[in-house]
Amino acid sequence: MNITATLIGQSVTFLVFVWFCMKFVWPPIMNALAERKKLIADGLAAGERGKHELELASRKAADSLRDAKGQAAEVIAQAEKRAAQIVEEAKGTAKAEGDRMIAGAKAEIDQEATRARETLREQVAALAVAGAEKILRREIDAKAHADLLEAIKKEL
Amino acid sequence: MSAETHEVHSSSDYIKHHLQNLAYGKKPDGHWGLAHTAQEAKDMGFWSFNVDSLGVSIVLGVLFLWSFRRVAKKASAGVPSGWQNFVEWVIEFIDSSVRGSFSGRNPMVAPLAMTVFIWIFLMNFMDLFAVDHGPELAKALGLPFFKVVPTTDPNITFGMAISIFFLIIFYSIKNKGLGGFLGELAFQPFGKWGMPANLLLEGVNLIAKPISLALRLFGNMYAGEMIFILIAIMFGAGIGFGVLAGVLQWAWAVFHILIITLQAFIFMTLTIVYMDMAHQEHH
Repeated sequence: MNITATLIGQSVTFLVFVWFCMKFVWPPIMNALAERKKLIADGLAAGERGKHELELASRKAADSLRDAKGQAAEVIAQAEKRAAQIVEEAKGTAKAEGDRMIAGAKAEIDQEATRARETLREQVAALAVAGAEKILRREIDAKAHADLLEAIKKEL
Repeated sequence: MSAETHEVHSSSDYIKHHLQNLAYGKKPDGHWGLAHTAQEAKDMGFWSFNVDSLGVSIVLGVLFLWSFRRVAKKASAGVPSGWQNFVEWVIEFIDSSVRGSFSGRNPMVAPLAMTVFIWIFLMNFMDLFAVDHGPELAKALGLPFFKVVPTTDPNITFGMAISIFFLIIFYSIKNKGLGGFLGELAFQPFGKWGMPANLLLEGVNLIAKPISLALRLFGNMYAGEMIFILIAIMFGAGIGFGVLAGVLQWAWAVFHILIITLQAFIFMTLTIVYMDMAHQEHH
């Protein structure tokens, strides 16, 4: 219980310990703590930023989706219009073609009828001449009356 | 925790033996050596060293610095684990204490506070070892005495308090100038005409700081140790007292966990406050 030089020893030891603590223990740990604090703050900020970016991106995605939908609708409308147009055109073409074919057929029919009439006329003329010949043979010389017969033939 | 050793015969001897430090100093015959009786230790005068308190305190201090230094060396901003976690928790605690009480700027105060807190806590913690183990161990090694709790030695508490006292004066003069420091002593609180009263008041105020620091810690720890010893004496007084003593030892030890922490904390807080006063201009 006496006060002795232990006092001095302890005093010096204490100061040495404090010095050691101040030089080699406290600063590195404090630095690490501060660094970690910064790291965590940065991480949180990055997370916040990421969230924000995600929000932005999803909004952008929704926008482009809407745009695409609009474009698609437009394309479909155009296609429908074009289809209707094509159908109209086809209808027109078909009608013209039909008309043309009908006209052709009509012309052919006319032609055919004319030719038949011609043939018929010739046959009737020949028949008439033959009949007339039979009647006149006895009384009329074919040669003498040839131009008369020709005239009758023409009238028929 | 057997109370009686064959070297001591009465309770009074037992107590005295347990409270005697192992002193190394100059003996009357001129040789340096260990004191084998209390009287011998007393005769050595000032120039002797208490080997037990100094040894234990240095071992504990080195243990503290070594284990913390290990963390400091590989401290990184990564995920801390185990011991590093604990050390960081301690450091955060000390740092917030210092921030709360210390308004100046001095990179020394926080490490000072931490050294004070951990070191004193470890020294106080020695109190929780059974009172007989130190002396028994010493007997086995052939040493006459061994007091295992350094903070029950006033030399240890005063040693630290005096270091802090010098730091207070050093930083006072550094921050306020020699004139400022002396002016604070001489011209407050009553102005320059009350100088003698001022000197007396402020002088007492200044001197009281280290003395109260040292005595508070020493007194608490010494009393605690004394109670442990007194309870230990009961072990030798029959089975009934023995059981009672065991219960009391346990209860007192539990209570002591609070005391040793509290004393270390008070010492640290007051150190911080004194350092703060040394950094502040008086108004």
